Amino acid sequence: MTAELFIQYLFAGITYGAIYAIVAIGFNIIYNTTGIINFAQGEFVMLGGMISISLLPFVPMPVAIALAVILTMIFGALLEICFIRWLESPGVLRMIIITIGLSILTREVALHIWGESIRSLPYFVGDEITTVTILGARISPQVLWVIGVCGLMVVFLSVFFQTTSVGREMRACAANRKAAILCGINTRNMVTLSFILSAGMGALAGCVMSPITSTEYDIGTGLAIKGFTVAILGGLGNSMAAVGAGLLLGILEAFSISILPLAFKDAIAITILLLILFVRPHGLFGSSAAAGLKEF
Amino acid sequence: MKKMLPLAVVALIVIAIQVITGLTDTRFYLTQLTMSAYYALLIIGLCVVMGYAGQISLGHAGFFAIGGYVSAALTTRNLVAHKETGLVKMLDGFGLLVSGQDIYGDAFMAVTPWTACILAVLCAGLIAWILGIPVLKLKGHYLAMATLGFGIIIYRIVLASAYFGEADGISEVPGFTLVPGLTVSGDFGAREENYYIAWGLLILGMVLLRNLIDSRVGRALRSIHGSEEAAASVGVNTARYKLSVFVLSAVFAAVAGVFMVHYNGGIGPSEAGVMKSVRYVAIVAVGGMAHIWGALIMGIVLNFLSLRGVFGSYDDAVFGFILIAIMLFAPNGILSLNWRASVERLLTFANLRKRPGDQTDAPS
Repeated sequence: MTAELFIQYLFAGITYGAIYAIVAIGFNIIYNTTGIINFAQGEFVMLGGMISISLLPFVPMPVAIALAVILTMIFGALLEICFIRWLESPGVLRMIIITIGLSILTREVALHIWGESIRSLPYFVGDEITTVTILGARISPQVLWVIGVCGLMVVFLSVFFQTTSVGREMRACAANRKAAILCGINTRNMVTLSFILSAGMGALAGCVMSPITSTEYDIGTGLAIKGFTVAILGGLGNSMAAVGAGLLLGILEAFSISILPLAFKDAIAITILLLILFVRPHGLFGSSAAAGLKEF
Repeated sequence: MKKMLPLAVVALIVIAIQVITGLTDTRFYLTQLTMSAYYALLIIGLCVVMGYAGQISLGHAGFFAIGGYVSAALTTRNLVAHKETGLVKMLDGFGLLVSGQDIYGDAFMAVTPWTACILAVLCAGLIAWILGIPVLKLKGHYLAMATLGFGIIIYRIVLASAYFGEADGISEVPGFTLVPGLTVSGDFGAREENYYIAWGLLILGMVLLRNLIDSRVGRALRSIHGSEEAAASVGVNTARYKLSVFVLSAVFAAVAGVFMVHYNGGIGPSEAGVMKSVRYVAIVAVGGMAHIWGALIMGIVLNFLSLRGVFGSYDDAVFGFILIAIMLFAPNGILSLNWRASVERLLTFANLRKRPGDQTDAPS
């Protein structure tokens, strides 16, 4: 493998890895405030891409993307308010089944609105043959867009959680829900907010990745599995570890193509998921002592 | 004897339906009823794992597909090219191969359906056992995702390997002669015969599972559902019980897959799809989780409606909707729904506030 090809694969891996990391962080945000895994997480990414593509004929692209993100955030909020908010201490099995049902319904609605056709946003800069040369490898500027936007989102999130009072309230809710209630934090609103936040992040990721990977009504399930793999790999609930795990999985997948047939690309992520679940369910970066207190 | 009464009623209804369809010239319904019975066989098996042992499985379509695909591949793939290999010679020596000519007059050699069936079911059971040892240690989300991942891997393997026909699946699967004169096949002339085979198998499965549930094993499973720690502390070997019931349900799924593939004469990758697994979970949930009769009835009714095409292009959406509605309003299934409490609950939800001291909790 030449050095150029190596860098080419590396960038492809980082691009996908960044998307996986964003989906995984979406899982983590909701998991931290509610203790549930939102199986409809991948659908946010699909909705972001689809809505922005539909709005594109009417408004310029930045506006279309902004509107798509806002609409998906509203959708996320509605999901939480209609289906989750009013349940009193539901069991895990029940929540799994409800969010799976939500993801199916979202996908089917998308199928009836947009059909089975594969769509994509136009490239942000130039077109599909525009390239920039980095260390001898030729890379589409869109790749830099994906990496940049995902990186910015991670920075924004950590600033949000560390410095703003709403962010601190959300962390308090994650750390100890009862104590947060006693401190006067409205935990129910925090849950809604966590859905809004992860819907918005997913939608934005869906927009920037659309020119490269294209968007279909059924991309959600695959992304959800990959995102969950990454979330587990990093240790569920740990958003910064998810970034590292996401990049790791993306790069592994990218290099696997040079050894294995393309059809097995998805199987790699799932094999890693199963292995991690069996061997280190607390994740690569998590501590086993803390994991002993959790339920797997 | 009292326990057998409901099953006797089912048997009577089965016979009555056959007689009525024969008299009213609507025998075409029997085709879908036969297929529904095979799906229901998988569903009652899954019901024991989910409802009684409390372990979710989002990969049961995978076991169904293993059963169907292995049996289909063994009975249709020509072994003439491998005639001289030791394994094929050995199988031939035991009389486990059928030889003949295909439609082009070339020599044809494949495994007999009975051998294929046994191998397929063994294969599914073995995979369930190997998978179950690590997977069943997990709980909740982790178990759901691990079984979902297993289902997707099976789907990918089926879709990517030429031996299993890739996206086209396997067709022209021969009939399966159970005993001389009784053949599982899609022939129009054998419709009644197959209807009774399917329902006979389903009732047999019900008898087995009901006895299991009412036995020591069933009580152990329910104690695991209640609390694994508590069950373990009174001496229940939780890991072993969970594993054996998981393998048993995989065997049920594989048997259903084997019979279905010989009945339909073919199988496609969609049978291994994630949506199929979710559908089975949905049906068990509608039936009321720990309610094997509910699973049976809902398995027949919903599969029959779906196979008749009543839901049209909204097929998957209907099952998604059912899942959400049941889990929100009647987590114990619609058969055990306390209608009055539920309506009150809906009303309080509409008012968005509860009166203090008001006990309106739906059964949970």
